[in-house]
Amino acid sequence: MLLDEFISSFAAEFNDTPVDVFKADTDYKSLDEWNSLTALSIISMVDDEMGKTITGSNLRSCKTIEDLFNFVLTL
Amino acid sequence: MFNPFSLEGKCILVTGASSGIGRGIAVQCSKMGAQMVITGRNSERLHETFSQLSGEGHSIICADLSCQEGIDSLVEQCPLIHGVVHCAGIPKICDVKHIKRELLNEIININEIAPVLLTSGLLKKKKLKKKCSIVFIASISGVCVSNVGEAAYSATKGALSGYAKGAAFELAAQGSRVNTICPGLVPTEILTLSNDLFSEKQLMESTMYKYPLNRYGTVEDIANGAIYLLSDASSWVTGINLIIDGGYTLN
Repeated sequence: MLLDEFISSFAAEFNDTPVDVFKADTDYKSLDEWNSLTALSIISMVDDEMGKTITGSNLRSCKTIEDLFNFVLTL
Repeated sequence: MFNPFSLEGKCILVTGASSGIGRGIAVQCSKMGAQMVITGRNSERLHETFSQLSGEGHSIICADLSCQEGIDSLVEQCPLIHGVVHCAGIPKICDVKHIKRELLNEIININEIAPVLLTSGLLKKKKLKKKCSIVFIASISGVCVSNVGEAAYSATKGALSGYAKGAAFELAAQGSRVNTICPGLVPTEILTLSNDLFSEKQLMESTMYKYPLNRYGTVEDIANGAIYLLSDASSWVTGINLIIDGGYTLN
């Protein structure tokens, strides 16, 4: 999966945040819609689309969407 | 000394006894004088539980209840018992949108199908004495409340509670009783249950205030409920959900 595709998939898990808000350097935890449910959705999305298991603490330790993407690639 | 909660002379089967609430219940029931039959998948951890039991005459039956062969094998090896506590269960956290057949199959199989079919097997092979006590470990999740990511888990625990009521009705004819215990959060499960979504510190801070008694549960808190439901002290109690949650559901 490429970074652009990852960003699209990431954005698709949100209902109220406009798609164009999501960039490689978006600090996702600062988004208004970031909460336990969206965090859980991202964990499920990564599992579904990349076959990798990430945890809440991984989500906490990464800052941007690109950081998270790069972290998942190391798994 | 007068003690209506004594389990002296009773033989009790506990599933999921290799860890957590199941282990706690096995240990506490043995302290009340019960002869325990403990079962689980992991032989090594079952032996750890076994070594913590008080008194003598206990036994271990290693069985995988996720398949019919495992259930049949347990029923076959099980002695005549006065009670059973179904503790084997798994938590799964998943948001509603991402729930899939595979996840549902797994969680329903372990949390609902296994205890139901084990009960059928024990009854059919007459391994449960008349006036026995059957206890299911359900949860406040699904029976009283739920939370983000818990829908599938709640569904299995709610189903268990419904099943217990039907079984209670049917088995009352022979004086047998069927009840559930609905625990609030017991920290052995915290990290798995939350999928590590929050750090332990965050979890403690974000949910502790929902527990009026200002602490999470211990396995002993839950085991004491099981002792009550297994003992003659609860002879007139059937079909209930015994909520042990530090007041969480008062919210």
